[in-house]
Amino acid sequence: MPLYLTEDQAMLRDTARQLMADEGSVAGQLRKYRDMDCKDGFGHALWKQLAELGFTGILIDEAEGGLGLGHVEAGIVLEEIGRNLTPSPFLISAVAVVEALKGTPHAARWFPGILSGDTVAALAVDEGPKHRPEAIAMRAERAGNGFRLTGRKQFVVQGASADVIVVAARSDEGVTLFAVEKEAKGLDVEGVRLVDSSIGARLDFQGVEVNSDAVIGEVGGGEALLSRVLDAGRAGAASEMVGLGSAAMGMTVDYLKQRKQFGRLIGEFQTLQHRAAHLYSELEIARSAAIKAQQLLDEGSPEAEAMVCVAKAKAGRASTLAVQEGVQMHGGIGMTDEYDIGLYMKRDRALNELFGDSNYHSDKLARMKGY
Amino acid sequence: MSDLDIFRLETRAWLEANCPAEMREPMRDESDACWGGRGAVFKNEAQKRWMDVMAERGWTVPDWPKDYGGGGLSPAETKILRQEMARIGARNPLMSFGISMLGPALLKYGREEQKKRFLPEIARGEIRWCQGYSEPNAGSDLASLQTKCEEAHDEEWGDHWLVNGQKVWTSYADKADWIFCLVRTDFQAPKHKGISFLLFDMATPGVSTRPILLISGNSPFCETFFDDVKVPKDQVVGEVNKGWDVAKYLLGHEREMISGMGLGGQTGSLGEALVESLGRDESGRLADPVLRADIARFDVDAMAFRAMSERFIDELKVGMAHPAQPSMMKYAGTELNKARHELVMAAGGSGALEWESDRSRKGKSAREWLRTKANSIEGGTSEVQLGIIAKRILDLPGA
Repeated sequence: MPLYLTEDQAMLRDTARQLMADEGSVAGQLRKYRDMDCKDGFGHALWKQLAELGFTGILIDEAEGGLGLGHVEAGIVLEEIGRNLTPSPFLISAVAVVEALKGTPHAARWFPGILSGDTVAALAVDEGPKHRPEAIAMRAERAGNGFRLTGRKQFVVQGASADVIVVAARSDEGVTLFAVEKEAKGLDVEGVRLVDSSIGARLDFQGVEVNSDAVIGEVGGGEALLSRVLDAGRAGAASEMVGLGSAAMGMTVDYLKQRKQFGRLIGEFQTLQHRAAHLYSELEIARSAAIKAQQLLDEGSPEAEAMVCVAKAKAGRASTLAVQEGVQMHGGIGMTDEYDIGLYMKRDRALNELFGDSNYHSDKLARMKGY
Repeated sequence: MSDLDIFRLETRAWLEANCPAEMREPMRDESDACWGGRGAVFKNEAQKRWMDVMAERGWTVPDWPKDYGGGGLSPAETKILRQEMARIGARNPLMSFGISMLGPALLKYGREEQKKRFLPEIARGEIRWCQGYSEPNAGSDLASLQTKCEEAHDEEWGDHWLVNGQKVWTSYADKADWIFCLVRTDFQAPKHKGISFLLFDMATPGVSTRPILLISGNSPFCETFFDDVKVPKDQVVGEVNKGWDVAKYLLGHEREMISGMGLGGQTGSLGEALVESLGRDESGRLADPVLRADIARFDVDAMAFRAMSERFIDELKVGMAHPAQPSMMKYAGTELNKARHELVMAAGGSGALEWESDRSRKGKSAREWLRTKANSIEGGTSEVQLGIIAKRILDLPGA
């Protein structure tokens, strides 16, 4: 597969770009829902619109009503979401959770709602402030016809709005994934507003009882499945950060061409030119890594996992560089809430933490490479 | 099975049958590279055989047209050939500035008889070329070059060019058979508009070279002097006084080539390679945790850059790459290569300081580390590349 977009993919990008720039804009979505103190932190109307265009079914097989496309296509949409900071359940619901439920009996239960834009799904993995899926401690004990879940989860994106939550817990057999409905008894959900105005949730499972049919895949077989689900999310998050970083760079470069000081455009100063050019280079490399990781995921390649580490780590660093340079080069105006560049900095921070930051993925790559 | 699948299988079988075992071992140092040329020095019989069988098939230049000694392969087939060569660790059969730099320029700007004359012998590795670009007072500001080329006439040569001047940093000029050279044919015109692109034989009377001893202790570059060098009139590529276009086009290819050095010819991880010298702690991680973190970040950068190179080549082949993208590749690739060698030196510690011992393979680490410092200078400094990206890609205003 060549590492550039096919004609169909370029069309998808154009559609997504137009939609996100119009409907998904910072003013139209992020600021709007933030300023009205929306408890979801995103707009259901746009989620429906994405569904009508088929986007929410990108990773769902055609036989099940989806588009039957791959992670490359999901990444194309996410890059546009990233450019506009569009708050959307797309990454978690349509990418990570779809990956989790694919090919299981849960697909029939939840995919129709995801395809129609009526359902929002969440993924509960982290238990502390840092992403450590290897150390999941939440208990799943056999009870009656199923399991009793006990423990806490945090940074559950859209967890307060979700109809179903995919939860990773540890049973005697090992890590096991469960699909838990929001009404489950003993589940306490606390929505928390995060720095980027998204709503994360802290979940407290106080002996939540679920039937055995809530298990996703095999009991004790959740490690490989979780790793696949997380990799889908990480590759998607990498694309979102590439989009975010590119938009931040675009705004900044535009500003360098408008702002005058010392009687000339500040974009004429070599010190700023070189920093902008370095940033361009980093973002191009990050974009390549993200596409490569998604292609490998789509091919089912054994090299995909390492490349996902590379993509998430590289995109995270490039995107952070973009927002840091963005705020600095904007000067004082970059510190104001009125100007968008600061919003990019906040979202970048959240996306870096999501599914493991750059340090986590660099370390994981080193472990995978045997050092 | 698609045509490409069949091509892959056939290529795999042919390489298995024809690539000598010695040519599948990693190159130990620069002396393992095969450069061809009139005075070619082959390290062993296998090296010569590998170059010859590949040249016979046109696969030293797989994507050049067959008429000029190439393989006539499509971009997709070329990519498959490279993948299959990488799969068995096959070495590059022929290192050549003729292939990486002059060839593409001739294909675009050369006259038909020039292509027929020069390209096949480049493909077969018969003529080794060097590049006469930089001068003592024309480095980053290359277009200010002063080597003088004027029209002359005498009985023996008839109408010809007469070249006088000096080049510097001419890679392997002392080993090259021919030179592609930028000369000034008009001293009145603005500096970019009086340059011509000239080819001539290094054995021509009046050409002399002097190797420059570098900090690495090696002398890959020379000073090259031209003292009344006579050159036939038909050896200008492109139009007279329009050589800057050819020069810039060629620089793009040079930058691509140098950017490839960032991969260090290696596909493995740096951390993996450094386990032996650093050792492990009880948990199996590299013993120096801070250095390990730096190395892990480097491996992320290197693998991401490899994906970038793949994408860049894919885009280039179908004309989707930005014309200034080679500057980005050159910048990122050379900075990466320098970072790699800093880490190799840090991991090697005092062992990597040894300069002459057999234990250190005659200071291989230290010499390579020093050599890489030139990567971000030659072919246009990193700062020049950043300036090009800023102006041509980001469209930032000129100072």
